[in-house]
Amino acid sequence: MAGLHWLPEPQDWRARLSAFSAVAEPSWDSAVALANLRLDFVRTNTLDATVRARLGSAPPRGLATKPVRLALLGSGTLTHLQPGIRVGALRRGLHAEVYENDYGQYWQDISDTESALHAFRPTTALLALDGYHLAAGVTASMEPEDAARALDEVVERVVGCWRGLRAGFGCQIIQQLPLPVFAPLLGENEQRLPGSRMAFLARVTAELRARADAEGVDLLALDQWVALDGLHAWHDGGMWHRAKQEVALAATPLYGDLVARLIAAKQGRSFKCLVLDLDNTVWGGVVGDDGLEGLVLGQGSALGEAFVAFQDFARELSRRGIILAVCSKNDEANALEPFEKHPDMVLKRGDIACFVANWSDKASNLRHIAAALNIGLDALVFIDDNPFERALVRQELPMVAVPEVSDDPTTYPRALADAGYFEALAVTEEDRARSSQYQANRQRDALKETATDLPSYLRGLHMELIWRRFDPIGLQRTVQLINKTNQFNLTTRRYTEADVQAIMADPRAFGLQLRLLDRFGDNGIIAILIGRMTAEDDLLIDTWLMSCRVLGRQVEPTSLNLIAAEAQRLGARRLIGEYVPTKKNGMVRDHYARLGFAPLDADASGASRAVLDLAGFVPAETFIDVKEG
Amino acid sequence: MSEAAFYPALTEIFRDVFMREVALRPDLTARDVPGWDSFKQIEIIVALEERYGIKFHTRELDALHNVGDLARVLAAKTTA
Repeated sequence: MAGLHWLPEPQDWRARLSAFSAVAEPSWDSAVALANLRLDFVRTNTLDATVRARLGSAPPRGLATKPVRLALLGSGTLTHLQPGIRVGALRRGLHAEVYENDYGQYWQDISDTESALHAFRPTTALLALDGYHLAAGVTASMEPEDAARALDEVVERVVGCWRGLRAGFGCQIIQQLPLPVFAPLLGENEQRLPGSRMAFLARVTAELRARADAEGVDLLALDQWVALDGLHAWHDGGMWHRAKQEVALAATPLYGDLVARLIAAKQGRSFKCLVLDLDNTVWGGVVGDDGLEGLVLGQGSALGEAFVAFQDFARELSRRGIILAVCSKNDEANALEPFEKHPDMVLKRGDIACFVANWSDKASNLRHIAAALNIGLDALVFIDDNPFERALVRQELPMVAVPEVSDDPTTYPRALADAGYFEALAVTEEDRARSSQYQANRQRDALKETATDLPSYLRGLHMELIWRRFDPIGLQRTVQLINKTNQFNLTTRRYTEADVQAIMADPRAFGLQLRLLDRFGDNGIIAILIGRMTAEDDLLIDTWLMSCRVLGRQVEPTSLNLIAAEAQRLGARRLIGEYVPTKKNGMVRDHYARLGFAPLDADASGASRAVLDLAGFVPAETFIDVKEG
Repeated sequence: MSEAAFYPALTEIFRDVFMREVALRPDLTARDVPGWDSFKQIEIIVALEERYGIKFHTRELDALHNVGDLARVLAAKTTA
């Protein structure tokens, strides 16, 4: 599968494309947004044609990037590669105009100063010579010295093209390494047959790789992608015979993306910083709830080892010059603890140039990280296991790259690598020192709240909250949440199954389990509410706990609406909310004040109570649809 | 699946490839549709291969003369 698996699958593709077309003056940015979706070749071609029809083939005025004039030079059919290249460039905010030589005429084009290529004046030349062309004339009956001479000739011919392009245009030169299109004649030890075309192409590939550095040529290493995806994902023998397409049509979106990332890297537009979520991205579990001991990390489980491997990959990236940052919804002290104390953490606090852990929305925090590191938002890659956070950041900050990943950390290194965010053409001493420089400069300023258009995002989530009273089916999950939730837990009262059954049987009490669904799927049971009537006919909120996954999504006021309704059913006049402080629940200290409760009393231990009169209670309006079920 | 059952999917793929509605009928040929050249033909074929997880044989492709042929080959390949 040679596809763009790190990009999100388009929702309503046709509608989005029509919406783009329907506007009187479609914007460049909206075209860039469409290019940042998981497009197959048909959609890539459609987008390319639509953008060219609506925006024209000249670069838009005021474009922040240098316009690209790409010469696509080769021996086979090249036309089908153009849309993928233009869309790959668009994905990175680059405008590319593509030139292609007449069929097979690349050498004439390079050497003749009167040629159309010379009139085109490329800023990048891509030399895409197919394997059949490079191995032409090689045959199994060749003597070793003839095969060696043929190899020399082919390599010198390619290097001659490089020099011709350098002299003619002084432009970036990209050499496509050939696809290994030939079947072996000997088998496993193919290299022992001097005239083997398969072995010959392998030698050409090795020679070009060795020569490229000294000639200042950048490689497009299709051999690495074939190793990953298989030859059949990249080359279709039938289509070669039919149309002389060396690169299979289905692989052209990825091919174009690879070309575009090399051009972007040359313009210094590769991403610079990897921002990591923590819980269930860098380690397994939620540190605030599960504690240091409860984290899945390190030897002993496949999942724990996978998190270690991902951390190791991130650290390797930082050692070659990528800045690391953290953006986590956590109390800072909880988030820092594993970095300081967990023996299996590969990443240390010193590896992280900017560490942000708080309860603000992640879009605001990413703005802060970019400002603190003094880099653009378009230099950030943000990896998070949570689809809600990914979608929020994509909507609020479309310039931040957010790879689409599963909940399996085994796949994270590959997702980051395949996406080519950090494509680099050389490694400098400065790169290797950069990470520590950033850390030295990092700012520790408290976060300023930044305006983010949350309401429109929440509305688009189509959230549905399904509540039901405690029941035998949900009993285990209810007890588990009551005993495990530490952070968003107002009273941290732990109950057994028998305790919960007693609440179910008590006519003067209620227990509710809340499930939240949204367009990303089912979040499962995310909150537990327990209320008890007092002798004075007040409703005491005995337990209110919630999963931190759903913070900032209006679940709190929606829950209050449910509590108030239950309290009124039981005949209560007032709600009494309690807060019992623990080491871990500092985030809900002001929970009741935020919901409009008035302070009632407090004791020396820091525990407090607050009250809300139900007579004047007006249920809060939220974007959540509430159902009993 | 019967041949007729492939027409909705074919219509969708033709719409994507030609970026306009193409009214399909069994005797429709490339000559009847402006822009249906050998490259568009390959796009249609590869889009179908991706959609159904199949691979057309060279002989099958050579024997395609109209939309009806395409539906017939699809029906044969996907029920096999």
